[in-house]
Amino acid sequence: MLVHSAAARRTIWAVFLLLFVPVFALPLLVIVAASFADGWSGALPSGPTLTHYQDIAHGDALTALTTSVLTALAASLAALTTGTWAALAAEKLGRRARRTLDALFLLPLAVPSVVVGLALLVAFSQPPFLLNGTPQIVIVAHTVLVTAFAYQSVTAALARLDPAYEQSAAGLGARPAYVLWRVKLPLLLPSLTAAAGLCFALSMGELSATMMLYPPDWMPLPVQIFAATDRGALFTGAALAVALMATTLLVLLGVSRIRTRATYR
Amino acid sequence: MPAPVAHPSPGHHPAKAPLPGDTFRHAPARPGAPATAAGSAGSSTDSGIRFDRVTVTHGRTTALDSLDLTVEPGEVMALLGPSGSGKTTALRAVAGFVRPTSGRVLIGGHDVTDLPPYKRGIGMVVQQYALFPHMKVAENVAFGLKAQKAPRAEIPGRVAEALDLVGMAGYADRHPRELSGGQQQRVAIARALAIRPRVLLLDEPLSALDAQLRSDMLAELARLHRELPHVSLLYVTHDQVEALTLADRIAVLESARLRECGTPHQLYRSPRTAFTASFVGTANLLPVTVRADGVEFAGRHLTVPTGDATPGATATLCVRPHLLGLGTAPDPQGNTLRGTVTEVQWRGATHRLHLAVDGHRLMADLRELRETPPLGTELTLHFAPQDAALIPADIQPAAPADTPANTPTDPADGGPRHA
Repeated sequence: MLVHSAAARRTIWAVFLLLFVPVFALPLLVIVAASFADGWSGALPSGPTLTHYQDIAHGDALTALTTSVLTALAASLAALTTGTWAALAAEKLGRRARRTLDALFLLPLAVPSVVVGLALLVAFSQPPFLLNGTPQIVIVAHTVLVTAFAYQSVTAALARLDPAYEQSAAGLGARPAYVLWRVKLPLLLPSLTAAAGLCFALSMGELSATMMLYPPDWMPLPVQIFAATDRGALFTGAALAVALMATTLLVLLGVSRIRTRATYR
Repeated sequence: MPAPVAHPSPGHHPAKAPLPGDTFRHAPARPGAPATAAGSAGSSTDSGIRFDRVTVTHGRTTALDSLDLTVEPGEVMALLGPSGSGKTTALRAVAGFVRPTSGRVLIGGHDVTDLPPYKRGIGMVVQQYALFPHMKVAENVAFGLKAQKAPRAEIPGRVAEALDLVGMAGYADRHPRELSGGQQQRVAIARALAIRPRVLLLDEPLSALDAQLRSDMLAELARLHRELPHVSLLYVTHDQVEALTLADRIAVLESARLRECGTPHQLYRSPRTAFTASFVGTANLLPVTVRADGVEFAGRHLTVPTGDATPGATATLCVRPHLLGLGTAPDPQGNTLRGTVTEVQWRGATHRLHLAVDGHRLMADLRELRETPPLGTELTLHFAPQDAALIPADIQPAAPADTPANTPTDPADGGPRHA
């Protein structure tokens, strides 16, 4: 930090805590507290209990969690592949074609995700593309929504990559595929894992498009949280939310471990 | 055969000119210019580079204008020029990273203009080393061999051999980030040499190193070339010391054009253009008029060899600052100049004096003076006739071996503007 005097540093810390704690940390802490609570009538929750966790361990919450993780894995893998491929291809394009491609990949972000969900629902409700009511349509929706992030971060990483690496490799007699596999992708690995983590986290939390599309046998966890709170089971919803947070955090930690190993410089 | 096109067109040559000029230059069939690549390079069967009227344009700007140049097998050719002169473009055209708009690039007598970089069999070393950071030194050096599917059993031996050549055998298991700049550059050279290239392209390889290391690496490169006499070296640099030290011949480029090509000695002792004179070493460029037995400078007669310049012509005289001596000429043939000191720079071993001689600026590098002359002092300087070189304002074809018969003669050089 560029602040040198002790008083100024204390002030900045105070501002940071005043802003960060209420806005970011407190709601999450409240969720965690609520998930262990029996009731919440006063300022603090009452009756510490584990019943909500016992409930969700038996019910279909576990299925929903597996569904969410599988959806997120499939969607982020597909998004990463598509996004990386598109970013690599866009690098070789002319300025105008490139801008068109950028806009195309940004489109799902510009359109509200409910609209993306509805669009997919309408588009894939008729043969020959009858995906309505299958798990695939949820995965496709998530892929469409998160590919933009994968594309963006790989494009940014490619722009930072020194072309001298690729050219040196080509000069040494390496074919483009060999250069991609042995030089470019390894050098992009830190960005690829970061993009994968981002895609995974976004997909784990996706609700609005999923609500439009999910079939009864493929209900991701956010939908269940919504359903639980909708019917008034706030504390069960809180326990489900904690489970979602914990799972996502665990996967992100795992990904960041890979990233640390992949950072060479 | 080297074919320097010593276009003396000044730097303000309009950018639109290349288009018509280009078609003009392509129209006449060059006598003896073969239609196919085979046989065109004569003896150069496996190495050597030839630029055959290579033009590179990016949009409306010309990066390289009709370059004709041959690097003989085993020769060290330095491409010397300021930034933006087209020297790096020329090197990248050989490597295959830039596609000529017209013209051909030949390596070892084969037309490689349409080949992708990975099929050209070149080694390349760039300024920023570009060692692969995720591979160890040995893996970096082995990269080209693996990419070209060299027999697996051969690879360790050839990696060790290449690392040995640059004195980095002890660092095979290190990562590039653990090495210093000079060591990284050695590994980059080993990596380029491991594939046993026919030509080695060096793009400002020493400019990221500090002065001491640079001079060590220069010696190292010279030794390497002695050990690999069959490899042609194309060395791009803006540093005249590197070019003079290392090169068999230097090609001087300016504003996308080849100005002059010759041995370091030729370019330094008898430059044919004012640009070469001032870029290869420092030079005083004096506007003179040719007389019967010398030249006339500011109403004063100077005895210098005039070659075949016709008396009465205007020309530029190149006098190197360090060849000027203090006092009157000891022998009667010597030339004497008198001027007023306008500036004194002490450079350790030498004093650089700036003098005004009849309104013309003159630089003199004198061995460290015991007493610095105060500004405004009248000083007498002398130089020997053989230490001055005449740069004819209208370019004459010099060494006949160096110039094709139909070198287009361009209008007069804007030489004196450098003075």
